[in-house]
Amino acid sequence: MKIALHEVTKRFGAFAALDNVDLDIHSGELLALLGPSGSGKTTLLRIIAGLDWPDQGEVRFDGEDALSRSVGERNVGFVFQNYALFRHMTVFENVAFGLRARPRRLRPSEAEIRARVKQLLELVQLGPLGKRLPAQLSGGQRQRIALARALAIEPRILLLDEPFGALDAKVRKELRRWLRQLHEEIHVTSVFVTHDQEEALELADRVVVLAKGRVQQIGTPAEVYEQPQSAFVHHFIGESLSVPVTIAAGGVHFAGRKLDLDPHGLSDGGASLFIRPYEVTVVPESGSDLLNGIVKRVHGFGPARRLEIALREGEREHFIEVSAPRQEAIGIGQHVGLRPRAYRLFASTADQAQGG
Amino acid sequence: MSDQPFALPGYPSRTGYPSRIRAFRTPSMVLRQVKPASDARADPTPMRWAIIGIAIAFLTIFVVVPLLNVFAQALSKGLDAYVAAIEHPDALAAIELTLIVAAISVGLNLVFGIVAAWAITKYDFAGKSLLITVVDLPFSVSPVIAGLVFVLLFGAQGYLGPWLQAHDIKIIFALPGIVLATVFVTFPFVARELIPLMREQGTQDEEAALSLGASGLRTFFKVTLPNVKWALLYGVLLCNARAMGEFGAVSVVSGHVRGETNTMPLHVEILYNEYQFMAAFAVASLLALLAMVTLVAKVMLEGRVAKE
Repeated sequence: MKIALHEVTKRFGAFAALDNVDLDIHSGELLALLGPSGSGKTTLLRIIAGLDWPDQGEVRFDGEDALSRSVGERNVGFVFQNYALFRHMTVFENVAFGLRARPRRLRPSEAEIRARVKQLLELVQLGPLGKRLPAQLSGGQRQRIALARALAIEPRILLLDEPFGALDAKVRKELRRWLRQLHEEIHVTSVFVTHDQEEALELADRVVVLAKGRVQQIGTPAEVYEQPQSAFVHHFIGESLSVPVTIAAGGVHFAGRKLDLDPHGLSDGGASLFIRPYEVTVVPESGSDLLNGIVKRVHGFGPARRLEIALREGEREHFIEVSAPRQEAIGIGQHVGLRPRAYRLFASTADQAQGG
Repeated sequence: MSDQPFALPGYPSRTGYPSRIRAFRTPSMVLRQVKPASDARADPTPMRWAIIGIAIAFLTIFVVVPLLNVFAQALSKGLDAYVAAIEHPDALAAIELTLIVAAISVGLNLVFGIVAAWAITKYDFAGKSLLITVVDLPFSVSPVIAGLVFVLLFGAQGYLGPWLQAHDIKIIFALPGIVLATVFVTFPFVARELIPLMREQGTQDEEAALSLGASGLRTFFKVTLPNVKWALLYGVLLCNARAMGEFGAVSVVSGHVRGETNTMPLHVEILYNEYQFMAAFAVASLLALLAMVTLVAKVMLEGRVAKE
């Protein structure tokens, strides 16, 4: 099912949880809503589900207005962060709940319910656990039961709120892979919320990066990683190092010197230079058109060796961390020059000054 | 020595307290377990005995002996006299009235307790903190005042008195007044049991049920109610005990019409004032019995509530 959100705004008092959000969710895709806490991602998910209502804007399911329908009428499968399994019901009854709740004329027979629940429990690989209570399951098992329960109503869309948030690292990785496989099997349009960029990039077909209630960028994992469109996205996704620079006279300047970099058409003024730590060449001496600094610390060893370098700009020092060159013997206190092999420039904005 | 000196093998930890604290709930067990007197962390043995002794002596003198005395006095003239006292028409009428009043008030408080707890824990609205305070009000108001409030409202000289008289509606000195006073006094029991639990459980279970297509009623009966059933039962139990035992508020509104508006506690007082001590204690013994049944049920329920 296709979902379209248009100019969705939601305020809690003076705080805008969502600010004019436009979003198209394609049929059958697995979409990640990625952002730091307070970015509005969970609110957006709840609005799609019908658990929250926007102050303004439209939500359309396959073109129909969804806002005129309650959560129960939207036929969405919602998996809560803490699973919200019914603690007094067995696993079987939890999964059967949505089928038993149907109005009589739409309700399957008891035999059909049993068969369907059994099938779902097998789908989530928990076939033998039907008689257990939720309290007798591990976190990963509860997560999968919550998923089976949501799938039981044959939802038009599956919504997952921080699906792996409450699990330990190992289970999280396993479950992530498993969820990806499951999605390929059943192909139901799915949206999940996460603050973990690794999770979003690995699992999703497309990633929506949110910050402060606004959509920062929408794209495939490769696009948001390789072509970040704002300083925030560059900073938030993947490792970044940033240096404040000035654009003037068609050149990029740092500490009063012109660097061997192209301003990418940016107009004159303050800007941030963003580099991935592994996309910079370190040479063992200063250069007139390089970023020059002093090695302050060396971390790790072998291929994982990293340098902490202080870049001096007048009285101020900017600390950045880069991968160390393999061959060169570079020690603490050495003057080095940095030449970015790939970089991006973003004009300074008030937003960025705050968010870093 | 392990860091849990009183750990009892095979003794399940229900409360999650460290076993040291748990063991203190059964004094004899503590004494048996603490053989190594050399443990510097433990109080000296004589001190232990003294503290436990004082606690037991206090409870014996002030609670156990008076309670036993009720039964001793009740049976002082033999079982036949005891049965006769209870089978007296006035006594039977008092028992009947008490049961009716308790049934109505507990029923009302069950419904309103759930409604109040639901409103407080599942919704946000202006005046919510005021409502929470008002729920507790009956605990801090003297029952006599509770009764008096209704007399001032509905009594012959009260604000609504003339109107009620004109329409031949009797509230004060009749069943409705007794029920009103009892409901007022016992209101907090159900709501107070439910509010903390429902607040802790939040609204996610309800949201999950609704998202699965369940109606509001189905969600309430299949999800909300089962989630709080033990706490609810516990609240009802306490509410019932208080409803049957309430004296002050009921005394003000009842009018003490023998055989008509006397509840058991009022009947006990009347008999006592008429020097019918044995009969007074006989009826009182029924209330004491109720208290003990309540206590046993309470202990059993507390474990369930803790599990929730």
